[in-house]
Order: sequence, then C-alpha cells, then structure tokens
Amino acid sequence: MKQLTVISGKGGTGKTVISASFAALAQKKVMADCDVDAADLYLLLHPAIKEIHEFKGGTKAILNEEVCTDCGKCLEVCRFDAIREDEKHNSEKEIQTTIDPISCEGCGVCALICPVEAIQMQENLSGEWYVSGTKYGPMVHAKLGIAEENSGKLVTVVRQNARLIAENNNLDLVIVDGPPGIGCPVIASITGVNLVMAVTEPTISAISDLERVLALVRHFKIEPVVLINKYDINSENTEKITNFCEKENIEIVGKIPFDNTFTQAMVEGKTVMEYNDSDLVERIKDIWERISTRIGK
Amino acid sequence: MIISVASGKGGTGKTTIATSLALLLSEERSQKIQFLDCDVEEPNAYIFLKPQIKKSQPVNILVPKVDKRKCNFCGECAKVCVYNAIVVLKREVLVFPELCHGCGGCSLLCPEDAITEAERKMGVIEEGQAGPIRFIQGRLNIGEPMATPLIRAIKRKINPDGVTIIDVPPGTSCPVIEAVHRSDFCILVTEPTPFGLNDLNLAVETMRKLKIDCGVVINRANIGDDRVKEYCHRESIQIMAEIPYDRNVAVLYSSGIPTLIEGEKYRKILRQLWRSIEKGIE
Repeated sequence: MKQLTVISGKGGTGKTVISASFAALAQKKVMADCDVDAADLYLLLHPAIKEIHEFKGGTKAILNEEVCTDCGKCLEVCRFDAIREDEKHNSEKEIQTTIDPISCEGCGVCALICPVEAIQMQENLSGEWYVSGTKYGPMVHAKLGIAEENSGKLVTVVRQNARLIAENNNLDLVIVDGPPGIGCPVIASITGVNLVMAVTEPTISAISDLERVLALVRHFKIEPVVLINKYDINSENTEKITNFCEKENIEIVGKIPFDNTFTQAMVEGKTVMEYNDSDLVERIKDIWERISTRIGK
Repeated sequence: MIISVASGKGGTGKTTIATSLALLLSEERSQKIQFLDCDVEEPNAYIFLKPQIKKSQPVNILVPKVDKRKCNFCGECAKVCVYNAIVVLKREVLVFPELCHGCGGCSLLCPEDAITEAERKMGVIEEGQAGPIRFIQGRLNIGEPMATPLIRAIKRKINPDGVTIIDVPPGTSCPVIEAVHRSDFCILVTEPTPFGLNDLNLAVETMRKLKIDCGVVINRANIGDDRVKEYCHRESIQIMAEIPYDRNVAVLYSSGIPTLIEGEKYRKILRQLWRSIEKGIE
C-alpha cells in the first residue's frame, strides 16, 4: 500500500481543493483529512458518517479549592505558567490558587507534589474521529475539540485507521490532506509516507514557507514534489520556485493558473473535476498521472 | 493593549492585516507599537515589515539527562512522564528529547537524584526594529514538533506599554491558543467561502471559550457567497471591515509589498477597523 500526503507550509495555497480533485481521480484509495483543527475536505466530498469515535488527547489538572491550602508548591513546579495565586479580598483566605486549564499541559507534576492531594488529573475528551463513505470511496476524518491540544496524536489516529481500512478492503493508496505549518501535526502527517506533494504559490511568503516545509520533508528522508498554484500571479516568483526546485532536484509536477473555478466549485461544494468545460480538469489529470507514476501505482 | 490577528483558515490575509495595521498605527497615531510574529512554524511578517534584526537568542527547553552512576533503574521517571519521553529498561534509560515537553517532573521526582536537566535548542527569537515598530519573531527549528514553548517565550517579551499586535498561526489548536491567550481583542480574518466560514466558525468558538472579544474582517469580500455575513449577523459578531479582491493587491502582495497602506482607499478601511477595535475594547 502507498501513501501520499499533500501539504503546503503556508495555508490557503489550495491543498484541500487539489486533494479533493485527487479523490475524484484516484482509484482504490482511502482519503484521510489530517488538517484536524481546521478540517475542510468534508465540504467538498460530503462524507456520510458511518462510525463516530471519541478521541482522548490528554489530561488536565483540576484543583479542589476546599482541600487546597494555598501553600504554593504547585506554582513553583509548573513550567507552563498555568498556576496563579491571586490576592483575595473580603475572605478568610488571603490568597487564592487557581489553575488555568488553557495553559495546563497535563504533565501532572503539580498533582504529584501537592502535599494535600488537592489536584486531580482528569482525562480530557478532546475530539472525535469518523469513518465515512463518499462517492469517491472511504474517508477518515476528525474534529479536534474547541481549544484542545494534541492534534498530532489525532492525526496519527486518523492515519492509522485510514491504513487499516485500506488493508481490509484491498485498497492500495491512502491520500492524506495535511495541515499547514511544520509542527507536530505536519510531522505526524508525513512520517512514513511514500511521497509528499507541497502545494505552493508564487508569493514571497509562500516561497519562504515552501523552503522550510521541503527542508522538513527531507529531514524525515521523504521524497517531495512541488505543485505551483496560481502560477500566473507573479511569473518572476514562479521562475524562482522553478530554479530552486531544479537546484534541489525536486520535480515540479505541474502548474495551475489563477482560476475562479476553484472558488465557484468550493461555493457549490464540488470538486473542480466536476466542471467538465474547465481547462483545469486536463491539467489536474496530467498532474495526477505524474504523481501516480511517481509513487509506482 | 494586546491585539491578536487570527484566522482559522490559512491564507486569508492575517499577516497582511496585522502588518498593515501596525504600519498605519505607527505612522498616523504615533503609538508605541510592538509586533510579535507568533507564527513560528512559518513566520512571514518580516517580509512586509522588513525589520533590522539586532538581537537573536536561542530558545531552549530543558530535557532530562540521566547520570548512569546514580540511576538504579527503578522506573519512577518513566511513570511520571506522561509524554513517553523517557523509557527505563533493565540496565538502560532511553530519553526521547523530541517528545519531552520540559515539565521537569522526572528530575524533580527521581528518588536517586540521578536526573539533571540540559538545555536543548528548539528555535530562536529575533528582535529588531521596523522603523518605529519594535519587531519580535520566533523561528522554530526544522523537525521540531512543539511550537508552544517558543510562542510562550516570545510573549514573555511583551511590553505592557503601547499597542502589541500579534500575528497568530492558522488553525485552532495549541499554538493558536498560546498565541492569542490573554489578548484584549482578536481580529479574525476570513474569506466569504465555505472553507472560510467553516474555519471562522471554529475560530469564533475558540475565542468564546478563551473569553476573548473578537470581530471579523472579510477579505476578498467580493468573491464567494454571503454565508459568512449571514453567520456573523446570526451570531452577533461585528464585521469590522470588508476588503474587496483586487488582482493588483494580490500581485503586490506576491512581491512582499504591504499593499493595504499604499492607497488612501485601504487606509480608510484600516482606520475604520482600528476605531471598531477601540470601541470593542471599551
């Protein structure tokens, strides 16, 4: 089984729209939306949810104020600025210890050192993941809870299950729609895949981000290829990207012009491949051909 | 006053709005402005503000270092570590620095005092000036999974005088929370498309959970459909500015020019945006 991840470094370059087009073109595959904290692929593929699973991403410290003696030991050991002592007026207590659940990283050190056991670590339901069916085949996707952490772990769960479905159904490809950036959810989206396609655009910001994301892909010893979207916005920058990729020996699998069809398709909740009269269809088909040759499918 | 600029969806114009607003305020309001680029995975604000970087300092997190002469392989450290960053075998202790969050629990609780902590560099903070604007950005090292310690380090540099503008990374998970936490107001930049709406909705919910007041800027306001506007009306969220799509603006942006302060038309929109924020904070 092969795995392809679509990422971009910079957000908004067209990752998800391209991934959705690949969903329409690729045979015998499972789609995995790994941009779990801003998942958009479902808006184009309209999955019918078959299974809902809970995701528990970690724990949070909960303080029992009645037991707490405000000794300040937890404040001393917390490295995440999550514990505060505020002065309290009009009360028996002079100070009041509080734990900010937003800053808490769930390390549990405060609970371990508290001399009166006033702190409990509580498991946190931090999201859900789904197994669904779409008209293009199975899809695994997720929703990270609002203001929750551990998106990297949720990405790993989504990928594991996409692989499992592929194996059990004799499908030979998983296409991963990855998140922007270079941090933990991105790393979790690319480790162990056969090919990464980075979608970029000819803007200085996107070029700067592309260089960092390609360095990340190479850091994990994975082969990258590049797709230039909106290439006609700035031909000088497109040439810069082309030269850079040539120097780095990275294949450019295609160039796509700026085209309103992308926005129109998104508004209508469709993939671009459903617009037969658009020039984009042939271009994207051609790109998909190159990708599938590349991953030996 | 701390104003953060976030978006949920990437590529909606966060950095454009944040940098343009900083430039406008420093020019027209003679306010003390600090600009913090907290998108440490992919920092881009420097492209538009063109700061002179004067100081660069590493950001380290503390990871455990086990003294094998003192260790009796009791396994207490591995039990304490919720991140699975330390594993104790029969005659060996393995440390996985990339998994370590630097909480210090293992060294604090080792019964043999066999664990000390060593600094591990995970990124840099760069400080400088972009004209009158104090500029601070972070750069996460390639391959480093955790952005939050670096963002936390940048935010410790906030000078409470004047106006601080924070460029927030996209998404809604930990790096975003760390970047917007304790802001006085958050500008949410979106575009009028289903993706823009979906991610705006998540961003609004995030700000509500964090109890941060927010308002919306609709960028490329003339593409897509009206569903973002309808959503804002339904949820009583103020639309503070609408910026139409203009190919010339996109072309200038692609070359790293802070387009919105180039013409009077956009300056007007930015001034109105700033007035809405001031009102919002009152």
